[in-house]
Amino acid sequence: MPIPPARTSGNAVVCRQIVKEFGTGDTRTLALRGVDLDVLPGQMTLLVGQSGCGKTTLISIIAGLLNVTSGSLSVLGEDLIKTVGTQLVRFRQKNIGFVFQQYNLLPTLTAVENAAVPLIIAGQPRRQALEAAKEILASVGLANRMHQLPNQLSGGQQQRVAIARALVHEPRLLVCDEPTAALDAQSGQTVMELLRRVALQTDRAVIVVTHDNRVFNFGDRIVHMDDGIVTRVEIPNH
Amino acid sequence: MNWLALRMLTGDRSKYLSLILSITFATLLMTQQVSIFMGIVTRAASQIVDVRDAELWIMDNKVRYIDEAPYLPSNDLQRVRGVSGVEWAVRFHKSNMTARLPDGNFRNVVVLGVDDATLIGSPRQMVVGDLNDLSLPNAVFIDKAGYEYMWPGEPFQLGREFHINDRRVVLAGVCKASAPFTTLPVMYTRFSEVERFLPASRNLMNYILAKPVAGRDPLQVCRAIEEQSGLMALTQDGFFWRTINYFLGSTGIPINFGITIALGFIVGAAVAGQTFYLFTLENLKQFGALKAMGVTNVRLIGMILLQASVVSAMGYGLGMGMTALFFTFTNRIAPMAGIHLTTIAAAGVGAAVLVIILLTSIFSLRKVLFLEPAVVFRG
Repeated sequence: MPIPPARTSGNAVVCRQIVKEFGTGDTRTLALRGVDLDVLPGQMTLLVGQSGCGKTTLISIIAGLLNVTSGSLSVLGEDLIKTVGTQLVRFRQKNIGFVFQQYNLLPTLTAVENAAVPLIIAGQPRRQALEAAKEILASVGLANRMHQLPNQLSGGQQQRVAIARALVHEPRLLVCDEPTAALDAQSGQTVMELLRRVALQTDRAVIVVTHDNRVFNFGDRIVHMDDGIVTRVEIPNH
Repeated sequence: MNWLALRMLTGDRSKYLSLILSITFATLLMTQQVSIFMGIVTRAASQIVDVRDAELWIMDNKVRYIDEAPYLPSNDLQRVRGVSGVEWAVRFHKSNMTARLPDGNFRNVVVLGVDDATLIGSPRQMVVGDLNDLSLPNAVFIDKAGYEYMWPGEPFQLGREFHINDRRVVLAGVCKASAPFTTLPVMYTRFSEVERFLPASRNLMNYILAKPVAGRDPLQVCRAIEEQSGLMALTQDGFFWRTINYFLGSTGIPINFGITIALGFIVGAAVAGQTFYLFTLENLKQFGALKAMGVTNVRLIGMILLQASVVSAMGYGLGMGMTALFFTFTNRIAPMAGIHLTTIAAAGVGAAVLVIILLTSIFSLRKVLFLEPAVVFRG
């Protein structure tokens, strides 16, 4: 059956029949076996499932970090299958923010310098980038921690710096991979509240990959995955 | 992005310093050894360079280097003078003799005998005394380092009497001369004094110094001399390199220095390369995050090359500074006088450091360029 092209319909992400294979021959692995997914703007979409079900592979593809084997993919109106090379890098630079499980802050940069990195990558003058980073750090409650190095911050504070970094360039899509996995309950709560605030903005969409059922209440849609396909979509009662 | 690259580098102080120090060590070792090597090898031909006014050297056609030249019959001088294109030609003597001091101490010395009438071949610069004083009876000049060797710790004093080959001589001047290969004192005297030192020898002329007529090609004149006299005629430059090449080809000097220089390069490259690679490995997740956030491979290459260049430039600068300091101090020591940091050594080692940067960067670059940004998602 031919795969229909992804239509935006105003959706932030539209995946149709996404298949991803790794390896060849005897080592061939099917990580995604025909995933259909819609991510709506102004919402937080949670991707949940056991380890190895394909969640990380899926968000890597959505973020333009991995190619698909087959299927169609539209992210923020852009056909990401056809967008390649430097064009793809620039698209990612401009439109996508990342929050990683292990924060991945640069250990030799202060909190404000880390938060400014996406703007510096985009070519903004350093002074301007740092000013913008200060504002966003203040908005995540770290105004008094700007000049501290990551190793001087708690896990929750580091993740908030990472969120600030992910938001500083005002991306329209935020991709978060297990943002609370390395945090205690309270820090996790704080981080999810921050992400929820971002998700509610109508021009933004947030995808969160998580195992942590403590955060299920924060999602507007919970997409369950198993063995490379979406098994069901749940809409929690808020 | 340059700022980012440098902050990543300088933030890890231990690795940053380790990188700089490894390049510094490599630069110091290589430059010092290359400079000492060049200085020592150049000493082998230093008397050629020191001889004043002589553009052409004529000698037995089997001579391989300046320290080994048989004596020529005196009529060879007339034959050379008779060659068209030769403006003038004078005799010149070089040999080793024994100088005995009044207190009984003796030293082997290099004796250079210059033409009595013209003093062609005498030193270029005097430290104490007048060049014309070489014409005085029994007069000898000694080089500055030789004076310090013969009379250590004593101030310059002309008129000292001692013996060369049991013949009385009087010190008439102290001159500047390049140190010979064996660091023996160098003594200048007139050819007639040499005849006094070596009365048993009939022929004492091992070299003929000549000047071509103005406007004539020196190499052409050399060929004419060779054709007509059967002797070997070389320009000063030609004889210089002939002597150097002999030492390079016939002694263990190049190999021994070459080993040390190679070790300096290898150790520097290995330590710098390993440290830089470790630095890259430790920051791999961060590089992955940067790639995910939109840093292109070209910019990553620029970042890594900048990091490598900065540590190399600093290490090279420090290494050169330390080498210059080393030679500043050692130049005060007579046996090391004249050996200095050369432009060729600095440039050559600069090229070697550049190779170290490239090698150091290649392994790191490979790791980063082939890094999948999706790796940052794998907790």
